[in-house]
Amino acid sequence: MSKKITYDSDKGGYQNKVIMKSAAIYAALILLTLICLVPIWILIVNATRSHNEIISGISLIPKGYLAENMKTLKENSLYNKFFHPLIGMRNSLIIAGLCCGLTVFFSGMTAYGLVVYDFKLKDPAFVFILAVMMVPTQVTAVGFMKLLINMNLLDSYIPLIVPAIAAPAIVFFMRQYMLSSFPLDIIEAARIDGSNEFRTFLTISIPMMKPAFAVQAIFAFISKWNDYYNQSLVLVSGKPNQITMPMMVQKVIAIDRNADYGANYTAIFLSIIPVVVIYIILSRFIIGGVAAGGVKE
Amino acid sequence: MATAAQRRIKSVSYAKYGYIFILPFFIVYFIFSLTPLLQTFVLAFQENGARTDLAWVGLDNFKTILAKPAENDFKALGIHESFWQGVINIMIIWFGNFLPQIALSLLLAVWFTDLRVKMPGKGFFKVVMYMPNIITAASVAGLFLSLFGDSSYSVINTLLKPDEPYKIITSVWGSRILVMFIQVWMWFGNTMIMLMSGIQGINESLFEAAEIDGATSTQTFWKITFPLLKTIMVYTLLTSMIGGLQMFDIPYMLHTGNIVNENIKTVAVFVYEMFHGNFAKPSFGYSAAASVILFVITSILGALVFYVQRDKDAIEKKKKQKQAIKEWKRKQKGGGFSI
Repeated sequence: MSKKITYDSDKGGYQNKVIMKSAAIYAALILLTLICLVPIWILIVNATRSHNEIISGISLIPKGYLAENMKTLKENSLYNKFFHPLIGMRNSLIIAGLCCGLTVFFSGMTAYGLVVYDFKLKDPAFVFILAVMMVPTQVTAVGFMKLLINMNLLDSYIPLIVPAIAAPAIVFFMRQYMLSSFPLDIIEAARIDGSNEFRTFLTISIPMMKPAFAVQAIFAFISKWNDYYNQSLVLVSGKPNQITMPMMVQKVIAIDRNADYGANYTAIFLSIIPVVVIYIILSRFIIGGVAAGGVKE
Repeated sequence: MATAAQRRIKSVSYAKYGYIFILPFFIVYFIFSLTPLLQTFVLAFQENGARTDLAWVGLDNFKTILAKPAENDFKALGIHESFWQGVINIMIIWFGNFLPQIALSLLLAVWFTDLRVKMPGKGFFKVVMYMPNIITAASVAGLFLSLFGDSSYSVINTLLKPDEPYKIITSVWGSRILVMFIQVWMWFGNTMIMLMSGIQGINESLFEAAEIDGATSTQTFWKITFPLLKTIMVYTLLTSMIGGLQMFDIPYMLHTGNIVNENIKTVAVFVYEMFHGNFAKPSFGYSAAASVILFVITSILGALVFYVQRDKDAIEKKKKQKQAIKEWKRKQKGGGFSI
């Protein structure tokens, strides 16, 4: 309490302190930003340099070798046995796109059923969903594998896509969202106007739940695009025209001899472009979604 | 709120639609998740091998994994050691990634929500710091292999040009610390945003009152932010543990060649290799037994998560009850006066 100087000088000291603190925080944040970005920047730069340039030292300035590296990926037998970026992206897009659509639609439908209707098993059904929400895929993987062998579903997209219909965590999130911001009166109004239940769901409820749908759709897409575990589990034979982008990248990085570093970097670069572009465009929704606690993985 | 007519509409015959709407979820869940889960439990008590009629072996698989098998049974001994190596690895890697991650995320979350610090470009920093989280793990593994790989062509070796190239990936602690670093790199943005929304949920007037009373940032943090964040911190801790038990992608892929790095092999990798590695003679039994162990641990952690989260509601309810009792008592008193 010895700080009994005049008001003005005290205020000046306080402001100086705030400025100093802000500067220190800024410095730390810039450092962290660099740690986040420099590895990715090196990746981008090295994707545009030749093997010989890369092994002679690092550089932060892009060169013009990208097309040449792509050609190596296409023509070198070390890579073109399994790495076909367009096919990989197509396969990933099929799986992630369909999963995303199914997850969002059916999770919304399940949540809608749990919120709008009163039925005997409503509470038990919800408790069940809560209970299984945290069961990790790794725990059921052995049984899943056995099931696939029994049902003859290995090397098929069905076990990668259909299970997306049942996503407990997303049902939970959508239910919370509906409870907090879905006016049930509207459904009754629709009933009185003669709309049947499915039409009400499709044409009235879905448009009203768009924000929740959009956020979950983005996350579902990205997480399925990135899902190496299930894809490599199901697509056991690793057929080049069937495997997805993460699987192709895994095969590239496992090459231990005679790797062309330019081609390696280019392959990794190609694999991160789609998600990074999606992220940059939709980053506001994504950050908002994480803050809302809608992400489980 | 609802009139009698509205209530009647609700109770008439819409119940069946509830079942119809939730049916697809339950059918698919039953086939693709519940059946495999039960199957895993069955397999855990059966012999290993590819036969269709596997014999029951009781707790043998668990015994092999958990208790030390006979010295001359090399196969069982290998599996036993591999499992425990996985347990040790996952514990080391999890601790080494969680502690720095939560400290860093908490610090950042406090900075980002500090009312006193003027900070343009907050949005930009958040976007950049979350970005590593959305990049495919396979690509991240590839990226860090090219940066810190054993080859003399990796970035670190071309940059520092040591006489002998640094062998981070094949060294025990080098590879572990690298995995910890990658995990922090990928996840700190996510944790930070979660903690930020936790801090923003704290009543702002508390911070304002503290500022008016002349509390320093440190005091505000330890006396207000930290105690009120406890619930969300415990939640983060438990979900991170559950996530840690499943850690697979980076440890599985951070190597060149075809052999997974022993020093960073986790239990999830053990489970995967046991059923996926050798199709002629798969070891479903060991894999399933390890899965069951993981399932039990996850269930305990999951139950704790619910306990932590439920606590709040329960306390609120109790408060309300107390209030109701008080009110009732006051009314009684009031009634006493009026007589």
